[in-house]
Amino acid sequence: MATETTHHVAMTLSDHLPVLAILVPFVAAPLCVLLGSRSLTWPITFLASAASFVTSFLLLLSVIDGGFISYHIGGWAPPLGIEYRVDAANAFVLFLVTGISTIVLPYARESVKSEIPERHHTLFYACFLLCLTGLLGVAVTGDAFNVFVFLEISSLSTYVLIAQGSYRDRRALTAAYDYLIMGTIGATFFVIGLGMLYMATGTLNMADLADRIADQGANRTVRAAFAFIVVGIGLKVAIYPLHLWLPNAYTYAPSAVTAFLAATATKVAVYVLMRFLFSVFQPSFLFEVNTLEFMIIPFAILAMFAASFIAIFQTDLKRLLAYSSIAQIGYMLLGIGLLNESGVAAAVAHLFNHGITKAVLFMGVGALVLRSGGSFFDRIEGMGKLMPWTSAAIVIGGLSLIGVPGTAGFLSKWLLVQGALEKGWWPIAILVVLSSLLAVIYVWRIVEAMYLRSPASDIEAKEAPLSMLVPIWIMAIACIYFGFATDITLTASHTAAQGLLAGPVGLH
Amino acid sequence: MRHHLILRVVTKLLVGTIILFAFYVQFHGDFSPGGGFQAGVIMAVAFILYGVVFSLRKAQKVFPPWLVHKLVALGVLIYAGTGIVSLFLGYEYLDYGAFSPHHPEHGQHYGILIVELGVGITVTGVMVAVYYAFAARPPRISDEEW
Repeated sequence: MATETTHHVAMTLSDHLPVLAILVPFVAAPLCVLLGSRSLTWPITFLASAASFVTSFLLLLSVIDGGFISYHIGGWAPPLGIEYRVDAANAFVLFLVTGISTIVLPYARESVKSEIPERHHTLFYACFLLCLTGLLGVAVTGDAFNVFVFLEISSLSTYVLIAQGSYRDRRALTAAYDYLIMGTIGATFFVIGLGMLYMATGTLNMADLADRIADQGANRTVRAAFAFIVVGIGLKVAIYPLHLWLPNAYTYAPSAVTAFLAATATKVAVYVLMRFLFSVFQPSFLFEVNTLEFMIIPFAILAMFAASFIAIFQTDLKRLLAYSSIAQIGYMLLGIGLLNESGVAAAVAHLFNHGITKAVLFMGVGALVLRSGGSFFDRIEGMGKLMPWTSAAIVIGGLSLIGVPGTAGFLSKWLLVQGALEKGWWPIAILVVLSSLLAVIYVWRIVEAMYLRSPASDIEAKEAPLSMLVPIWIMAIACIYFGFATDITLTASHTAAQGLLAGPVGLH
Repeated sequence: MRHHLILRVVTKLLVGTIILFAFYVQFHGDFSPGGGFQAGVIMAVAFILYGVVFSLRKAQKVFPPWLVHKLVALGVLIYAGTGIVSLFLGYEYLDYGAFSPHHPEHGQHYGILIVELGVGITVTGVMVAVYYAFAARPPRISDEEW
């Protein structure tokens, strides 16, 4: 019998913050199912999300000036054990994801009631919580394989959430199935890449991986791993040619789900991409610089134009916004591809700004769907008069999408242009501005339909309920607030960019 | 199935044995190959076999779908709850050393037993739920319409 005694210093609540942010929604999900009570499910979901939000905020405050928090799951020290590692970059992502979910949930209550039969509500919210858990876990973990596990948790629950749209439109089922196939291929590529990295280095901890890759330099295994990981995550990010799952998934998912996913899921994937590009692999490798310069940047620019162009011709507002999301992802990738601090800071800032912008827009569309029965342009005509508050919020979101000064979207595009100019790539700066003009066209189409046309005769829409209007307007005001109070976003995104660009050093 | 006497008798004999074996694999998992995943699948096999031979309706009488769903959630809660207990005892999440502070190895033994129990319950639930979901699906086109 072992007789040794070990000394242990008891940990306090504040030491547990990194794991609590994930744990609370994770435990709440099975709790909802176990209790099985329709009246209790929503409050539990909301409280869990709010608690996670507070935790993330505290984490962000403690790392915003640099530094990181490391938490060892099960008491096993890294690199052997799983490590949760919070620094400015992922604390910012945690803050965004929990913030969006906490604001979307009060909105979701009415919207879900009208779009999903009541007997599925418990399981719906349980899935929502699992999706939240997965997204947060992807952001917080410092273990490469753990990223895959959480990515699967979030993806699997996302497929279910999207399929719930089938009560409104049966095409949600094929959309979810498409996403399932594409998402699984992405996850498989990612895990194949991880397998190769493990073969080459014998470790899965990100900081340790970075060290060992730096030591041994580039070899064929590492290069192949890099390719697999970029393509795998690229599918989740919806990098331009890998984006085909996105428009249908966003269009047919329930409105609340679209608002949540559009603002968070692809953003978390962009974060993972940055983490792997900058922290695990080093940008100093030639193959990586080449990939960024000759693959990522051209595709990003193609996305900015092609997706915006397709968006202009859509007849369904939700689909228009989905294509616009693909274009906006192009801006983030362009920022990453610039490989300088302004560029990466622009990517991080745009990740946040576009998150809140798309949340307003998709929540606004959800409110229109609730009252007018559809998101096609003929159903939203004249809504500016029938639903003035919702329409006004959509216009604010649209302005932020274009990047009008005084809105959140302006800040990140400004940083992006600055990054391109610092590099001396002025044609790219011009392209950013030109593609924003395409955004002006499709946003104008929305404004025209809502304000300059008279409503269809059979529509008797009234203003959305307060429980939806308040979340929509919180986000709309956030769009303006973060357009003027730029300090928070700038500090956080610059700290994050410095941390990311410092390469493996940023992980120590 | 009424006339398949041998199948029915053998199934009745086997179901108990399978469940017993599942428990063996479950609780002996830390000394020999096995553990929650394997035990969960074996346990589910007992119910699935019963369902295949005696009809889905009878299987669902023994193990109703609502209970299956609760068990799926319960197992996850047992797993996560173990971690939360260690967290409240002042240790890191899922640090089983917390259960026996003076002999961390004993604590790890208890911890893994409880956690594996949670895994076993969830896996049983999920496997049976998958079987129910497929078997309970009404055919789109009835046989007469072909």
